[in-house]
Amino acid sequence: MWGMLYFKPCKITWRVWKVWRRNKDAFMKTYITNFIPPFLEPVLYLLALGFGLGIYIQKIDGVPYAAYIAPSLIAISMMYSGFFECTYGSYVRMYYQKTFDAIIATPVSLDEVIAGEILWGATKSAINASIMLIVITLFGLAAWPQSLLVIPLAFLAGLMFASIAMCCTALVPNIDSFNYPIFLLITPMFLFSGTFFPISVLPRPIQLISQIFLPLTHVVKVTRELTLGVVSWSTTPNLVWIAAACAIFPTLSVNLMKKRLIA
Amino acid sequence: MSYVVQAMNLTKKFGDFTAVDGINFQVNAGECFGFLGPNGAGKTTAIRMVCCASPKTSGELKVAGMDIDNHQSEIKALLGIVPQENNLDPDFTVCENLVVYARYFDIRKAEAEERAAKLLNRFELSDKKNAAIETLSSGMRRRLMIARALINKAKILILDEPTTGLDPQARHLIWDELRKLRREGISIILTTHYMEEAEELCDRLVIMNCGRIVTEGPPSSLIEKHVGKEVLEVEGNSEVLSYLQRNYSQLDFEATGSLIQVFAPELERLMNELLGKFEIKKAILRRTTLEDVFLKLTGRRLRE
Repeated sequence: MWGMLYFKPCKITWRVWKVWRRNKDAFMKTYITNFIPPFLEPVLYLLALGFGLGIYIQKIDGVPYAAYIAPSLIAISMMYSGFFECTYGSYVRMYYQKTFDAIIATPVSLDEVIAGEILWGATKSAINASIMLIVITLFGLAAWPQSLLVIPLAFLAGLMFASIAMCCTALVPNIDSFNYPIFLLITPMFLFSGTFFPISVLPRPIQLISQIFLPLTHVVKVTRELTLGVVSWSTTPNLVWIAAACAIFPTLSVNLMKKRLIA
Repeated sequence: MSYVVQAMNLTKKFGDFTAVDGINFQVNAGECFGFLGPNGAGKTTAIRMVCCASPKTSGELKVAGMDIDNHQSEIKALLGIVPQENNLDPDFTVCENLVVYARYFDIRKAEAEERAAKLLNRFELSDKKNAAIETLSSGMRRRLMIARALINKAKILILDEPTTGLDPQARHLIWDELRKLRREGISIILTTHYMEEAEELCDRLVIMNCGRIVTEGPPSSLIEKHVGKEVLEVEGNSEVLSYLQRNYSQLDFEATGSLIQVFAPELERLMNELLGKFEIKKAILRRTTLEDVFLKLTGRRLRE
């Protein structure tokens, strides 16, 4: 019963790409502006934290501090791109611009609109991660060719964060309410997912919470192994966690969205 | 005669509230069909079900012979929908709005660009083709909405209050276009609370009140049936009213505030009689309109 309410399979056709293309076309109209943040962000963070603060920090697991946080910056960007695209971005299109209403007046269904939005969130994550990867490579902090796998990982992680975001968008009463998921979920992940220091230094219960519940912990772990070039089977559980989230949240978000929009 | 829309016992409930209460109507191919009614009468809910935007609670609804529950994409491919609120895409220019929208209907780019150019020309928007949506006047936005609804060569055009909030020039331009489209064989369904608009455009209409259809027919026969050809309006006091009640109780009259309306044939004699007997500030003998029918059937009570 519960499963039928919230996990009803979605009806998706290739029309989903028409929604994706609408967002891509809108994005490309201002691409220079859109490419500035993923380009400048790692530069600023690496200079301030990696090479500034990093002078005072000893190597972590045998890795200099700048090289330790470089993959975190990419992983955080995957989270931000997927999450913000499908919270504020999707909410504005849904509520203020009525873009969803306009599209579902055509043969495209609401399932496809939501799926297209999430795929676009995943794509933005991959775009931003690619740009950051270039910057980090220029700083000499990425091992090649293993680092190239960061791009497909970014798509997958973006899919996860975008669909979690879409669940929030389906549930919030208004646009200001996004403060709740941001301060209860996104900011804690930014800080406590093994991003700027290993979670092993945290008290045991917090470590467990971070490993079990915080999606970013898993993304950071995999990204770090890729950019350091030390890929091993130890990240299998992390990849399984991400894949499971990608199986659950997109379907859940489409069902929640239908409850919100179809009356 | 083939029907483009057929509704039988169509019902829509929101929780305990019944917005559309078992209505029956048919729209013939090629006609302009109107839904009239005060706010909250259920017009928008009714046409939203036809547009596949809102699932019905019960009853039957077929569009172009297809059941609404099982053929939504096929039905929507035939429809051109202009909702009450404009939802043009502010991220794109005027022309891009049409081309991007065409994509949702699986129209190839070259074809879409050709159709867009023709539609912009038809709706006098060619000069604005590279303009941002926010720079358009409300009349232009409305025209662009209609142009966009036609990008798929819609067979059935559905408009929810197409001219609300427009100035008379913009309104007449839209009326002209809608008449042309009807002549080209497109079936049109619209809701409005402008009686003039309904009289100008609709071949047939229904008047809704509280979720039900209260009457149905061509505008002229509705007028004839419910209010006759003429109405006498007298601005009079209670003396006039009681005089009418005493001597003309067989006539159909209504009093609202100081205005007394008498619906009957050959009212000139009565008007002269009243003018002779009482000191009356104003008395008008005029042709009846659809508005008289509307107010008679749905009452004068304010709806909010």
